[in-house]
Amino acid sequence: MSFINYSSREINCKIVYYGPGLCGKTTNLQYIYNKTNPEAKGKMISLATETERTLFFDFLPLSLGEIRGFKTRFHLYTVPGQVFYDASRKLILKGVDGVVYVGDSQMERMEANIESLDNLSSNLQEQGYDLAKLPYVVQYNKRDLPNAIPMAELEEALNPTKVPSFEAVAPKGIGVFDTLKAVAKLVLTELRKGS
Amino acid sequence: MIQQLVMYEEELHRINAICETLHRDSNAKAVLVIDKNGQAMASAGDVQELDVTSLSSLTAGNVAATGGIASLLAEKEFAGQFLEGEKISYHVSIVGQRVILVVLFDGRSSLGLVRLRVRKATTELVLVLEVMVKKSQSGSGQQSVFSEITDDDIDNLFND
Repeated sequence: MSFINYSSREINCKIVYYGPGLCGKTTNLQYIYNKTNPEAKGKMISLATETERTLFFDFLPLSLGEIRGFKTRFHLYTVPGQVFYDASRKLILKGVDGVVYVGDSQMERMEANIESLDNLSSNLQEQGYDLAKLPYVVQYNKRDLPNAIPMAELEEALNPTKVPSFEAVAPKGIGVFDTLKAVAKLVLTELRKGS
Repeated sequence: MIQQLVMYEEELHRINAICETLHRDSNAKAVLVIDKNGQAMASAGDVQELDVTSLSSLTAGNVAATGGIASLLAEKEFAGQFLEGEKISYHVSIVGQRVILVVLFDGRSSLGLVRLRVRKATTELVLVLEVMVKKSQSGSGQQSVFSEITDDDIDNLFND
């Protein structure tokens, strides 16, 4: 749920990165954090286990500039990918304005990809959202690995509605900002439609 | 699909005034009003030294997690939380099921005083929130500027 403050002339939106465990959601945020000017970002918070697995969420506040005199602020969140953290994932989806689904290109993670996508869809439904109507993009991460599945197969399995999709190698930043820009644009376009 | 919460000048002034009064009457260090999704809405007191954005996000996460625990225990909600530190204590309450009121205080105040003053502030905040929600739903407060946003405006935001 976007929050518009006419008094301070700010638009605040929430974007959630969703996907199976170890697909690279946190790595996306870390790359964005490292490559963003200090004045455009806040502190990145990671609530993680001792082994650096996301326990509750990562959070990164970003300013993307002004639109018609309004500052646009995006709050980026990741969910914990591991299956047993489902209760936490549901909480983080509350009030979401846009979703990035991060898929893992490796053959052996295909089942986890599909399970996570189904989980996203049903958790959104539980909150009264419809994935088909929400600003939503797909990122296929780990494209540099030798066991990466061809794009056509990934698209068929994970992107049946043909939303914008991006190939990525998150630690190197390939596709990271393209993905963010695409979802941010969709969120702002939705905001315009809703006004 | 997107339900917007919209804050207009008039309601912000009223919320700020409630925060200022609560800050003064409870001898608090700082008072924050945060929406349940983690966006800071208003504050009073010594907030310059605080990372309000991070504090808001973590508080909302904390409240969401507590709400999750409540529903597992078949409770409607746990309306408040209190964390006692050596120097600073942190009192959180949910207002009108919609926003979170945080009071940070030190030894100059007490939990009893904070609770008492929060109760009064909560009653006043609920009234302002009702107006805010009504205005957000009807879009009556002000002509929306977003209908005028063009594709170029959005594209320009992403020009490196």
